[in-house]
Amino acid sequence: MLRLEARPSPSKAMSLLSPLIALVVTVLAGIALFALLGKDPSRGLAMFFVEPFRSAYSISEICVKATPLMLIGLGLAVCYRANVWNIGAEGQFVLGAIAGTWVALHASPASSHWIVVPILLAGVVGGMAWAAIVAFLRDKASASEILVSLMLVYVAYQLLNYLVYGAWKDPEGYNFPQTITFADPTKIPKLLAGLRVNVGFPIALVAVGVFWLFLFRVFGGFQMQVGGLAAAAARYAGFSSRRALWVALLSSGGMAGLAGALEVAGPVGQLTPYVPAGYGFAAIIVAFVGRLNPVGVLFSSLLMSLFYIGGELAQSRLGLPKSITNVFQGVLLFSLLASDTLIHYRVRWHAAHSAHPSKNA
Amino acid sequence: MDTYALLLAATLNAGTVLAIAGLGLLVNERSGVVNLGAEGMMLVAAIAGFATAVHTGNDWLAFGAGALAGGLMAAAFGVLVIWFNTNQYATGLALSLFGSGFSAFVGIGYVQEHLAARPHFSVPVLGDIPFIGPALFRQHPMVYLTIAFVAALTWFLYRSRAGLVLRAVGESPESAHALGYPVRRIRLLAVVCGGALCGVAGAYLSVVYTPLWVEDMVSGKGWIALALTTFATWRPARLLLGAYLFGGVTMMQFHLQGEGVAIPSQLLTMLPYVATIVVLVLISRNPAWIRANMPASLGKPFFPGS
Repeated sequence: MLRLEARPSPSKAMSLLSPLIALVVTVLAGIALFALLGKDPSRGLAMFFVEPFRSAYSISEICVKATPLMLIGLGLAVCYRANVWNIGAEGQFVLGAIAGTWVALHASPASSHWIVVPILLAGVVGGMAWAAIVAFLRDKASASEILVSLMLVYVAYQLLNYLVYGAWKDPEGYNFPQTITFADPTKIPKLLAGLRVNVGFPIALVAVGVFWLFLFRVFGGFQMQVGGLAAAAARYAGFSSRRALWVALLSSGGMAGLAGALEVAGPVGQLTPYVPAGYGFAAIIVAFVGRLNPVGVLFSSLLMSLFYIGGELAQSRLGLPKSITNVFQGVLLFSLLASDTLIHYRVRWHAAHSAHPSKNA
Repeated sequence: MDTYALLLAATLNAGTVLAIAGLGLLVNERSGVVNLGAEGMMLVAAIAGFATAVHTGNDWLAFGAGALAGGLMAAAFGVLVIWFNTNQYATGLALSLFGSGFSAFVGIGYVQEHLAARPHFSVPVLGDIPFIGPALFRQHPMVYLTIAFVAALTWFLYRSRAGLVLRAVGESPESAHALGYPVRRIRLLAVVCGGALCGVAGAYLSVVYTPLWVEDMVSGKGWIALALTTFATWRPARLLLGAYLFGGVTMMQFHLQGEGVAIPSQLLTMLPYVATIVVLVLISRNPAWIRANMPASLGKPFFPGS
């Protein structure tokens, strides 16, 4: 029978190979799913891995969707490395969008283009504030950050609804639950005319560098990771676990909030109930597939974005439900976690009945 | 008067969904494993149960389909965390994310379907008492079954040998292993039972409680059920009480909306989620008490011979 045997030290090669194995498993699952639905698997796969690269527009769309995933994924990578389980980035994203909207609604067509800076800063603060609730309750009352951060997602959704159905509703919006379209100066500057990709993408790339430096070149980043790996060792070394908790939650909340503000003042241009598109949850997968490493997050956010574009294409051209994206994303994380086992363990074949019959626990 | 009777009846009904899922997770966690996939299992079970009810018209088959769906998903989770030693939190999250996508994917054809309101079972004699009858004794049989199950589970956990073994595995897997108990198989069994019960809860939600299928219809009830296990300090009777309490909060919110109270409906919809946070904070403020009640190996992997 098959047995797992602990490796003397974690395998570096497997750590890099595992996301690729997971991707292969996901593709195989995709082929099976397409065949089951009576669609040509090669055409189905082409929607995800060929078609998105066929036009400048869709390549720009890959970057548009990768931006929030990358930003949020970076913050979550820090969190999970510190063993802080923030799974409510979606709520922090919503609060960032709300705070950014609040500033954008104060702008007029005559405002300076620099209004974008306060919009983004407001987003960061909004996301941080929402995450700070989690940090505070964890710190002062040791309430589970998993459940509190998730509950706050639902509260944030309702807060958003409350605003767009109430105080912030566009009076000339035919009673649709949405704010006015933001004044022109608030629009996040685009990189190329005619394409939706905006400065958010290079901001996210810079953030990759900043987070890499913080995690691997700054003592504070090191301290946090020790706390995540071995809490006792961190305590013995005098590294504060409270500080790690706050830094992890504030940085991930701030990043999610930034993503929210970029989204609402960028591709969307107004606050609607459809601004939160599940990026906060998808970014959890981005963080893991990216090995909780900023450079890895860069690649995994692009891959996950490809899944979104592919899902939309599969919907419009093959008539499949768009939720196929989430199915594939879920399968990807599942198979990644399974193949990650190979980092720490070797699979060994043992005869079913050995001379020393051990109890099968 | 009648409004309050109906409100009380609806509270029991809403609480039953949370109670079934919460009791499942309680069994699950008593073995030392946390499954954050409750939400995903409930969603997949909700669509499995709903589809079964649409095609067969039989509620009990629908609950069975829900249990099967939840049990299968939990088995996949269990094999990964128990044999492959994957991170319990991450794997549970993967289950929730997958379940949310998968249920939306397969459920798309059922969005327009409607089920007739389910006939309620009136307890003879007691059901005819004014006020108390309509409030307590004209429910779906599942409501009473859940109460009976709490009694059975309490007996199982504290009075039966198998329950003692389950608790031993959750408290100290090393000792249970040393005594010769198959720790990993017991954990898998507990995880599958937990998933099956989450499945029944999901099916009850879509077949009896709503009864219709909407994407992401579980809307956090799986997570609230997870919070309930902490709230109940892993005791079945307290969990039932907590579930009714949350059922009450949910119903209070609908009641206030119906009464036209001058609070925006969105703020009322927040109530159950805010209540969950408040309860978690109140209960967790005394870490010593939580530690004294929590299965000692909760969330920690067990790998024999390492």
